[in-house]
Amino acid sequence: MLLLQQLLNGVMLGSVYVTVAVAFTLTIGVLNFLNFTIPTLFMLSGMGAWALTKWGLPLVHTPPFPWPMALLFAIVVTICASLVVERFTFRYMKTKYGDATEHAIPLVSSLGFLLIIENLMRIGYGTEAQRIAAFDWDNTITVGGLFLRVPQLVSLLLALLLVAGLNWVLKHSRIGRGLRAIAENPDAANILGVDSRRLVPVIFTLTGVLCGLAGILFAINYGEVSPTMGEDIGSKAIAGMVIGGLGSIWGAVLGGLIIGIAEMLTIHFFGADTVQVAVWGLLLIALFVRPQGLLGHHSIGKGKL
Amino acid sequence: MSGYWTGILTILSINVIMAYAIFLPVATGQLNLGGAGFQALGAYTAAFLSAVAGQSAWATIPAAMAVGGVVSMAIAFPLLRTRGVYLVLATFAFAEVVAGAILNTSELGGAMGLSVPEYLDYPVPIIAAILVTLFVFYLMATRFGLTMRACHDDDVVTDLLGVSIRGVRVAAFAIGGALAGLAGALYAHTFSFVEIQSFNASLSIYVLLYVLLGGTQSALGPLFGAAFFTLLPEVLRAVLPQVKGALAGLFGIQGALSPPDESWRFVILGVLTVLMMMYRSEGLITRTLIERLKPGRHPASATVEEASA
Repeated sequence: MLLLQQLLNGVMLGSVYVTVAVAFTLTIGVLNFLNFTIPTLFMLSGMGAWALTKWGLPLVHTPPFPWPMALLFAIVVTICASLVVERFTFRYMKTKYGDATEHAIPLVSSLGFLLIIENLMRIGYGTEAQRIAAFDWDNTITVGGLFLRVPQLVSLLLALLLVAGLNWVLKHSRIGRGLRAIAENPDAANILGVDSRRLVPVIFTLTGVLCGLAGILFAINYGEVSPTMGEDIGSKAIAGMVIGGLGSIWGAVLGGLIIGIAEMLTIHFFGADTVQVAVWGLLLIALFVRPQGLLGHHSIGKGKL
Repeated sequence: MSGYWTGILTILSINVIMAYAIFLPVATGQLNLGGAGFQALGAYTAAFLSAVAGQSAWATIPAAMAVGGVVSMAIAFPLLRTRGVYLVLATFAFAEVVAGAILNTSELGGAMGLSVPEYLDYPVPIIAAILVTLFVFYLMATRFGLTMRACHDDDVVTDLLGVSIRGVRVAAFAIGGALAGLAGALYAHTFSFVEIQSFNASLSIYVLLYVLLGGTQSALGPLFGAAFFTLLPEVLRAVLPQVKGALAGLFGIQGALSPPDESWRFVILGVLTVLMMMYRSEGLITRTLIERLKPGRHPASATVEEASA
């Protein structure tokens, strides 16, 4: 029973990883770009929601926001930040005439943005972890002896819904067809009339939505935010994405859940300190044994970036 | 020399060695985002040998270099099968595994850290940094350095010309690992204390960024990158209060302003990184720049000489 409870907790924890991992896999799958700002965007959303409920907007000194508005506003801020990142990183991707490291230009400048956003947050709001007052619908239900926290359940369902929606958009809509064409071959897509300059911001908007949502869901679930909250989640989401397969959305879902469950089971059997070894060891093994991941296509990330 | 300057020179020396450790793989076209892991290996080897086995620094430092070199060579073979994003992710994952493994080894102090009995004063890291710099300059001037550059610029053509790309890359990776081990050992002996929290993912990111900012085309680049990044906070410490004061005067803000924050250094590093990648993605110091600054040498004749050498 205890083990079943731990499995359930793992799935719940995994749902946060899933949302962030999908954001990662989307930019890699379509744009061939490992966007290292994603963990900070996640942090920006969580910290932003906290700052808005506590102090309102910075610089103009508005009164504190009521929380539904703060959550919405935090997502909007995250989307805007994601679009700024697109303007200054991805626009400078050069892959045609480049040497071995030139393709990594957006990756490196996204590391630059990671430093900028995280440290501006530290300067603005301090480095300590901040508590968010619990919301009144934060309660636990019991199903057959298993404890379920409602916000966690909501976030899992929301994550799955979002991913299913995203998958549908990619498969069936005009935008999705354009995006998949770019992923396949950017030049051919452009010749056939896909305007990649208009479609690339769509990816970054989606990244903003996913990270924003993950950030506020995390804040609600755990009641605590800090400028470093993205590091742990971000690196585990990367691990999940790689295990599931780069560029595959359902792979990211599977990988995120596997990481969540692996984390909970390691805590259950070996204690909290060994989580890092288990998660990253799993990733290293996956990279050596099956680099394309569980559901990934073998051509993505091979030879190109 | 005052303690302030010796402290800065020590950190500068360690950063320079670390920069070269990352520079060597990058110069063959592989981004290594696991610098902290290799440095931690060296630091903990030295700390363990010094604290538990009671060895002197003459034994611990070579041992740390050997561990760094051997481990990076051992993982280089499977690691370098991966490319691009996968290589970045794999090196990143390796650093996390090292950190996790050390955290769970009680002989190494776990989360408590290890104190190192033998203290080395500032001349040792400075001399080590100078030697490493000379070594890397020499290495880049040899035929091996030329093949490293060739692997970076175009690996397919280099392969066709009969160079074992894998061999060159593994060698560069292993030498880099040994240098990172040296940097770690020096860190352990000059700070007298190691804890795994100092070797986190951020360290790997900073080192990679200042190597790329300095430029990876020549051995001068990492030197400039490391020096700039180490001296920037000191300059900021002097300048930032005045800037803040001037701003306060401009906006008519009364009362005390919060003291300058360490975080500004990273914001500036981030902004510089983004700007550099936009306008000069090959880094500050390039081969063209060096040729242009050399008096009396025409760039065209220089390339001819290089080709015939």
